[in-house]
Amino acid sequence: MTVDQIIFLIAAASTLFAAFSVVTTGNLIRAAFWLIGALFGVAVIFAILHASFLAVVQVVVYVGAIAILFIFAVMLTRKDMRDQGAQLNRNWKFGAFLSALVFAGLFFLLRGWGGVSKTAAAFPSDFDAVAELGGALVSPDAYVLPFEVASVLLVAALVGAVYVAYNHK
Amino acid sequence: MSSWVYVGLFFLVGLIIPAGAISAAWLLRPRKPNPIKQMTYECGIETVGDSWVQFKVQYYIFALVFLVFDVETVFLFPWAVKLGSLGMFAVIEGIIFILILIAGLAYAWRKGMLEWV
Amino acid sequence: MDFLKDPLQIAANWLFGILAGWGVADLWAQVLIGFLGIFLLIALLMVVDILLVWVERKVVSRFQSRIGPNRVGPFGLIQPFADIIKLLIKEDTTPEGADRALYNLAPVLSMMSVLILWAVVPLAPTILGVDLNIGVLYIIGAGAIGTLSIIMAGWSSNNKYSLLGAFREVAVMLSFEIPMLTMMLIPTIFAGSMGIAAITQAQDVWFFFLAPLAVIIFLIAAIAELGRAPFDMGEAESELISGYNIEYSGMKFGMFYAGELLHAFTFGSFWAILFFGGYRFFGLEKVSAFLAIAVLLFKAFIGYWIIMWVKYTLLRIRIDHMLIFNWKFLTPVAFTLLMVTAFMNALLAASPTWLYVGGMFLSNVLVAWISLELARFAAHKEREKTENTLTADARR
Repeated sequence: MTVDQIIFLIAAASTLFAAFSVVTTGNLIRAAFWLIGALFGVAVIFAILHASFLAVVQVVVYVGAIAILFIFAVMLTRKDMRDQGAQLNRNWKFGAFLSALVFAGLFFLLRGWGGVSKTAAAFPSDFDAVAELGGALVSPDAYVLPFEVASVLLVAALVGAVYVAYNHK
Repeated sequence: MSSWVYVGLFFLVGLIIPAGAISAAWLLRPRKPNPIKQMTYECGIETVGDSWVQFKVQYYIFALVFLVFDVETVFLFPWAVKLGSLGMFAVIEGIIFILILIAGLAYAWRKGMLEWV
Repeated sequence: MDFLKDPLQIAANWLFGILAGWGVADLWAQVLIGFLGIFLLIALLMVVDILLVWVERKVVSRFQSRIGPNRVGPFGLIQPFADIIKLLIKEDTTPEGADRALYNLAPVLSMMSVLILWAVVPLAPTILGVDLNIGVLYIIGAGAIGTLSIIMAGWSSNNKYSLLGAFREVAVMLSFEIPMLTMMLIPTIFAGSMGIAAITQAQDVWFFFLAPLAVIIFLIAAIAELGRAPFDMGEAESELISGYNIEYSGMKFGMFYAGELLHAFTFGSFWAILFFGGYRFFGLEKVSAFLAIAVLLFKAFIGYWIIMWVKYTLLRIRIDHMLIFNWKFLTPVAFTLLMVTAFMNALLAASPTWLYVGGMFLSNVLVAWISLELARFAAHKEREKTENTLTADARR
């Protein structure tokens, strides 16, 4: 095993453990903190894949903004939401069966795919992924339209948030 | 070897040193707990009610507005890196991108969503 | 002379030789040397941090016409060490109903979020933790962990005041992160890279002269991000007793306190690196790595001193004023400045240096002047409105 593999295994295992804890813990805020752990584990996996920009964006956007938003949302609720009700409802057997089925399907699909055992080609030494991304985002024959549409989408999200809160008032 | 390994080492050492300082204090400090001492501190009187107070919706709104602009600025970073070699066309595109979002901010402002009280 | 220029590389090579002699594999030798180097850097930072306690106390006492610590050792220099002994042997209580795991994790994370910032700080041309090509965003990412530690401390303490302090602080930190991110885009545009080392290397002309307004906005946003007065919502003593760290005592409180001081110093150094050339000072950094570190520390201390100056001069601002100031003034100004800078940068790209610098400087001054005039106009209107309603009330 190489160092990369060991780091990957540790990161993947802790991500899965954190994700599992999100759904099993009874306390909403604790679940939010476990979620942060899972998101952070994903950032580590991005870093292993040499996707530095995505790794940092994962931390900045998900841990720094979305997780905080979750915690604020939880604190908006009443305390009655906490520590009440069973963790499982009566559909849990069906859910477990479905997830096992999906896992098995994915497993068989990926077993037939050779990409897992291949080593990735090394990057050229002067390759700057961020600059390439920047170029692609604004060049007319690449992603300029999605780039501008993303802005419109963000505004739509803002307007939606304002509308929801406006009704609340 | 990826430079992220060193970042990982930084995280590790950054965790070890504060944890070590706190553990050192744990070894040295006295332990004489009693129920009065362990009450939550509130101006010296007994605590009334629960600490789970309900917050106003404004916190949530500001976090949402922040999220939108956070994602936007993250989009702008690759643009800013490449800007020097792209010329005026890319600049105009970026300015349009920002202006659309400022329109969103203006909308929230007009609707009174940026008021705290 | 080589040692003066590049001491770290020579020390690392020497160690590498020894380890290779012992038969340690190259990979593990590299990791071990990296670990030792990082440990050394962080240990040095902790020593600086201890000194910062003394600096802060001495400076605040001067601002308040006092002498400050002067009993223990020469000029009171041993005082912080006495403080540490006090923190170590102080009893540490955990409030009832606290979430123990998160309660104990919060101070560690708070300190860690500051220490890991130094991974990307270029101390000298050859001494640099990690040259990440996304260095600027890394700073924000580390700040996200700091935000998290505050909310963790506030919630797990099971105290209303902690929670209120943490939530207010986080709301302020989030809001002021937008102008800060935007102002970090401006050095990125000038340098054409997000790497902190590349930004330092690109400053043949200090970015201060290219974007003086960005320097000021960054400072304001940084102070809010640090949670220091006038933006110290988290700890507002007179309202929330001590905010999110109210239930902490002993070394755990010490971690929050030391973290705050080192955070301020760290942002002083980022201010210096992003806008004032970092370790560069008329070619002095090329003479010796030690001189470069001295230059950086000197600039960082000036930044830190300005942050202290603001803290001990201004009063705390109310949270609604603070957020309105950010969203209705600072954020629009920051985005306007970003657009103007990007536009002027492309417009003046081919012009000689003096014209480029002059044009940039003037455009910044213009943006600052117009926005201040607009703010003044809005304030006048607001005051007239209030006065009118007041007189109308009085007549009735």
